[in-house]
Amino acid sequence: MALTNGTIRQQLTEKFGEEIYDWSEPYGMLTFTSHKDLNLKVLQHLFDDPTLQFRFLTDICAVHYPEKKGAELAVVYHLHNLVENIRIRFKVFTDVNKPDVFSATALYASANWMERETYDFYGVNFVGHPNLVRILNADEMDYFPMRKEYPLEEQTRVDKDDEMFGRD
Amino acid sequence: MARPVRFNIHPKETNIHDNIAIADMPEGSQGGGYFATNFEKIVGLARKNSIWPLPFATSCCGIEFMALMASHYDLARFGSERVSFSPRQCDLLMVMGTIAKKMAPIVKQVYLQMAEPRWVLAMGACASSGGIFDSYAVLQGIDQIIPVDVYVPGCPPRPEAVLDGFIKVQDLVGKENLRRRNSERYKELMNSYGIQ
Repeated sequence: MALTNGTIRQQLTEKFGEEIYDWSEPYGMLTFTSHKDLNLKVLQHLFDDPTLQFRFLTDICAVHYPEKKGAELAVVYHLHNLVENIRIRFKVFTDVNKPDVFSATALYASANWMERETYDFYGVNFVGHPNLVRILNADEMDYFPMRKEYPLEEQTRVDKDDEMFGRD
Repeated sequence: MARPVRFNIHPKETNIHDNIAIADMPEGSQGGGYFATNFEKIVGLARKNSIWPLPFATSCCGIEFMALMASHYDLARFGSERVSFSPRQCDLLMVMGTIAKKMAPIVKQVYLQMAEPRWVLAMGACASSGGIFDSYAVLQGIDQIIPVDVYVPGCPPRPEAVLDGFIKVQDLVGKENLRRRNSERYKELMNSYGIQ
């Protein structure tokens, strides 16, 4: 039986019921959300289940939604079933003031690098990560630059005259 | 059958007096068998015509630098035949390209490894001011970490522009006071960058 978005959804609903919600299929890619405490359980099931077999973690990234109070940071996992060649997207949301999410490093070795990167840019605290330190930015950086409360432009720059750029 | 000739159909007669650049003689007094001049002028003349550049090329300006070093623009004409990749032997640090904040300590270390007297040329908008990369990750001009002698604007600058900047460096080198590097003002400048 070929794996389709419908069968994946059916399997996950049987296993987790209402714990998985916000189902959608943007551009044909099955997307769903769960509680952040359940992220490892869901990933483990997706990994272990003999029909699902999502054994390749393509990407982890975060998204900052400042307007969603209490669930500002989304951590997004992209998973790939290499046998059936099908991809899914799995999201968990967390409060920006307490951005603790369980680390997937025990399950996927590739999560090590990507969780460090996500921590570096968004400050998501991956609980259980073996070495959660900055990976791309300078070590002495004291903020998380991709969060939207920080300006994108470098604040130390002195030669940029706003008048020249048509700004007030 | 003769091959059709398309190039060099009117070859120039070579004239050694036109083709070899000879540095002007410094001021001085001369007579039969002697020439006396200022020591500083001789040192300046020697230094400015044998600048060894250290290319620190991180992006597209580095590609322009390759054109500059190649036969068409030929920086070797100005006494910079030897591009050295050892900072200890170099006179001129040419920083070409975007310097990320993580790269900044390395640029500074390369600068510190160079022996005095040393000069710095910032090539292109990124090295001079951060350029279009007005972002949290990019150093907004290398003059935040090391003193710069000549800035070459452009994104990237054409090789002619870099040649012009290089000639300006030569000018600075040739006119530099031999005691400048021991002066209080120079020490102040170095201290303002936290060097020594």
